[in-house]
Amino acid sequence: MRRPVAAAFLALGICLAAAWSLLPAAWQALTAVKPEAQITASPAVWVPSPPTAEHVRSLLERKPFGRYLANSALVSLAATLLALAAAAPAAAALCRMRPRARSRWLLGLLLASLFPPILLLFPLYEGVQLLGLVNSPLALVLPYAAFGVPLATWVLEAGFRELPREVEEAATLDGLGPLGRLLRVQLPLAAPSVAAAGLLTFIASWNEFLLALSFTTRESSRTVTAGIASVSGASLYEVPWGQLSAAIVLATLPVVLLVLLFERRISGGLMGGAVKG
Amino acid sequence: MSTVLARRARLERALLLSPVLLLLALVVAVPALRVLLLGFTRTELADGVVTSWAGLATHARTLGDGRFLSALRNTALFTFLSVLLEVTLGTALALLLDRSFRGRGALRAVVLVPWALPTSVMALAWAWIFHDTFGMANDLLLRLGLIEAPVAWLAQPGTAMAALVVADAWKTTPFVALILLAGLQGIPREVIEAARVDGAGAFARFRRITLPLLVPSLVVATLFRSIQAWGAFDVVWVMTGGGPGGSTETLALYAYQSWFRYLDFGYGAAIAVQGMLVALLLAAVVVRLASRREEA
Repeated sequence: MRRPVAAAFLALGICLAAAWSLLPAAWQALTAVKPEAQITASPAVWVPSPPTAEHVRSLLERKPFGRYLANSALVSLAATLLALAAAAPAAAALCRMRPRARSRWLLGLLLASLFPPILLLFPLYEGVQLLGLVNSPLALVLPYAAFGVPLATWVLEAGFRELPREVEEAATLDGLGPLGRLLRVQLPLAAPSVAAAGLLTFIASWNEFLLALSFTTRESSRTVTAGIASVSGASLYEVPWGQLSAAIVLATLPVVLLVLLFERRISGGLMGGAVKG
Repeated sequence: MSTVLARRARLERALLLSPVLLLLALVVAVPALRVLLLGFTRTELADGVVTSWAGLATHARTLGDGRFLSALRNTALFTFLSVLLEVTLGTALALLLDRSFRGRGALRAVVLVPWALPTSVMALAWAWIFHDTFGMANDLLLRLGLIEAPVAWLAQPGTAMAALVVADAWKTTPFVALILLAGLQGIPREVIEAARVDGAGAFARFRRITLPLLVPSLVVATLFRSIQAWGAFDVVWVMTGGGPGGSTETLALYAYQSWFRYLDFGYGAAIAVQGMLVALLLAAVVVRLASRREEA
């Protein structure tokens, strides 16, 4: 008697979890391909008939959306590479430290990552202006790399520490210095951790809004999060919802794909940090 | 000989750590010091922007500033409600994902999706969901018979805050769930099995065993999320812009407006710094309460 009830509860839980996670995104995707008349129908029409590409087309005509996407990809990729390049040597140094010293460093990194960006925004803006970097990708790449570096170091350090000690010793005996060990031994052997650290930094950079909004003024330098903010009309009540939904779908599709393909790595990275912390 | 080696090792370690330290100094430490100093200055707009030392005068302005107090209250309310909702939903989700069933891997990927989506972009999506005439929220609630007439969610103070909380919880519940799932997986199965053998029901097993052992993870999740929610900008800026009538304006929004709209740089810094201090105080209280509970 108990088993079927428990199974029904489990099934209900699964359905609720899936619906809660997907429904808001699904509603957006449906709006993006709904003919205008059905968007403003009441009661709502859920399934578009026939689906239309008019919103995507007019969005691309009205806004340099491809440019936004390219800027986001460029900035996020550069920030990810920079964060990994900084985090990898640090992780190599940390995993050779004595436990007490190592925990102190890791805690320090954690604290640095907890500074809310809003607190740093204005001084960063002053710096960007001083260096003449307004509208330059560098104005975003450096902060994004710095925001990503603590978590990346945590994830890489955990990955390096799981490698058998003998491997590192053998590499040292073969005459490899710290950089040689890092590039030839630790990074290749801890590839899953590198992927996790990279994915986490890339996603966070792709999603960043506050700095992107404040440090770019030209259409051609906007990343996708800042660009979308400019798609809407003057107020919430004259918003082209079809176009906006199309924009939302285009901006989120890359990260959705990353999550669906690499869920294990991403959760592994996040959970690894949580287990140790 | 050994001191030479030790010195070499220290130098090597410093070199390996230097890129991270440089990045964090440039982007975190120096700006943090700068904003701290800026809070002690007065900004005047005469011929351009003039900055002068003001001691504590700029900080003291918040005391008589109703807008600051209201932003503080909104921030506290938003943080409390969204963290409460996220931790509740996250716990349920973690318990679900801890079970073994067919398709668990797929479900894990699906529930992680909201966490990975850009907050600012999904805030726009939530504004559309909570649209008064054509939104999904009203449509679903009307069909389920939970409301009798469409609600203008973002046009009234209470419902606008509720909409923000829902949007924030949707995005961050997966993060909480993952931290708690890691905690759950660290609980030895035998302990729970033993309680089952002793005749403890599912709810008693959760209350008496799982929940107490989960406290450290709950503290970590609550701390992380509280600090992030306290600094929330994206979701509020995009969904309500702090409205209607300033009823959802958070400290982050007020600081932003002070800097970029009113060009009152010193006061913006004072707002941001004071907000941070309150957040630190709250975090200390959470840690204190949690450690006392663990001792008891």
